[in-house]
Amino acid sequence: MHKFANPTQFMRIANAIFPWAAGLTVILFLVGLPIALVTSPADYQQGETVRIFYLHVPAAYMGVMVYAIIAVNSAAYLIWRHPMANLVARASAPVGAVFTALCLICGMLWGQPMWGTFWAWDARLTSTLIMFFIYLGYMALGDAFEDPERGDRAAAILALVGSINLPIIKFSVEWWNTLHQPSITSMQGFSVDGSMLTPLFLMMGAYTTFYISVLILRLRGELLAAKIRNARMSQVAISPAAQLAE
Amino acid sequence: MAMTRKRRRLYFVMLALLGLGAGTALVLTAFQDNIVFFFSPTEIASQQLTPERRIRVGGLVEQGSVVKNGENVTFAITDMNKSLKIQYQGLLPDLFREGQGIVAEGRMGTDGVFTAHEVLAKHDENYMPREVADALKKSGQWHEPTAKNGAPTTTTEPVPTTAQ
Repeated sequence: MHKFANPTQFMRIANAIFPWAAGLTVILFLVGLPIALVTSPADYQQGETVRIFYLHVPAAYMGVMVYAIIAVNSAAYLIWRHPMANLVARASAPVGAVFTALCLICGMLWGQPMWGTFWAWDARLTSTLIMFFIYLGYMALGDAFEDPERGDRAAAILALVGSINLPIIKFSVEWWNTLHQPSITSMQGFSVDGSMLTPLFLMMGAYTTFYISVLILRLRGELLAAKIRNARMSQVAISPAAQLAE
Repeated sequence: MAMTRKRRRLYFVMLALLGLGAGTALVLTAFQDNIVFFFSPTEIASQQLTPERRIRVGGLVEQGSVVKNGENVTFAITDMNKSLKIQYQGLLPDLFREGQGIVAEGRMGTDGVFTAHEVLAKHDENYMPREVADALKKSGQWHEPTAKNGAPTTTTEPVPTTAQ
């Protein structure tokens, strides 16, 4: 695992993955969206409203998964001080936050016709909203320090503290009675018909490859920005006149 | 051999997370009653509730209990153990029907009838096209909805009969 801590090694692999991830994203959306939104069958209870499910569930899944990736990378950064782990965590946050926002918005649009309300303060909805706020706090805290390294460490600690919320989100529908329905996965398999699982998995795949593509793009940008910063620093170091002029 | 700094940081992070997790678990257990979204009729029956307290109750709408009179509707919900009579005035969600899980918010009357100000429909985790639902019902493999709170249904009554 530690060999991925080297940015050059990491980016060599990441750059090789990128065209595949980006291509798959396009294909999966092109195939998945029409099935999810048009050709898949209507639900026996929800009718056409079931289509929100194909946008909502993958978004919820990604919100939680990306948070888990941030938490693991934050731990790796705090313990082994791997700069690459920090970059992955920081670069993932906006993507995860957008997925969580999408999950919340789609969920509300589904809740109004099905439950009869946009929002309810039940354990699942509340814990997911808290995760969204932790995402925002994580991004704000990371940029709140003059010394970027202090910001990175503070954000990493916040990410780890916030990871306590992940099992709460996952098991909220089992531990407490909620308005939100229980998980569609159980020991007996899926409680979703096969004709509806296909678009669900296609959309999950599309969201996942989308995240991987955007993450690699963001990492490229971050590493280039770091190069420019370093070049500027060394320039300043060479010419004392520039230092005086500051 | 002395612990390296990395090793020490690893143990520190693990201990901190363990402590935080244990603390959170204790807090959540302590506030159990405030985190649940609704009470079941059995829970309602076992506590003395004042009419001032606004609460939510949840259960399956009992078969044959729905009486509509214009905007006024009375029905009973059940958790397969106890049932609770509810009166409500207003619009019901689309999914509301006999056998459906619902959550009602309101106050307990002194006469044992719950006056709801808002009725929400619960949706279960089953997703299927209508043809599949019909086929399941025909072949007798239809799984009845279960009242959340564990009580799996052993009776045969609450089958969602009509699709909306």
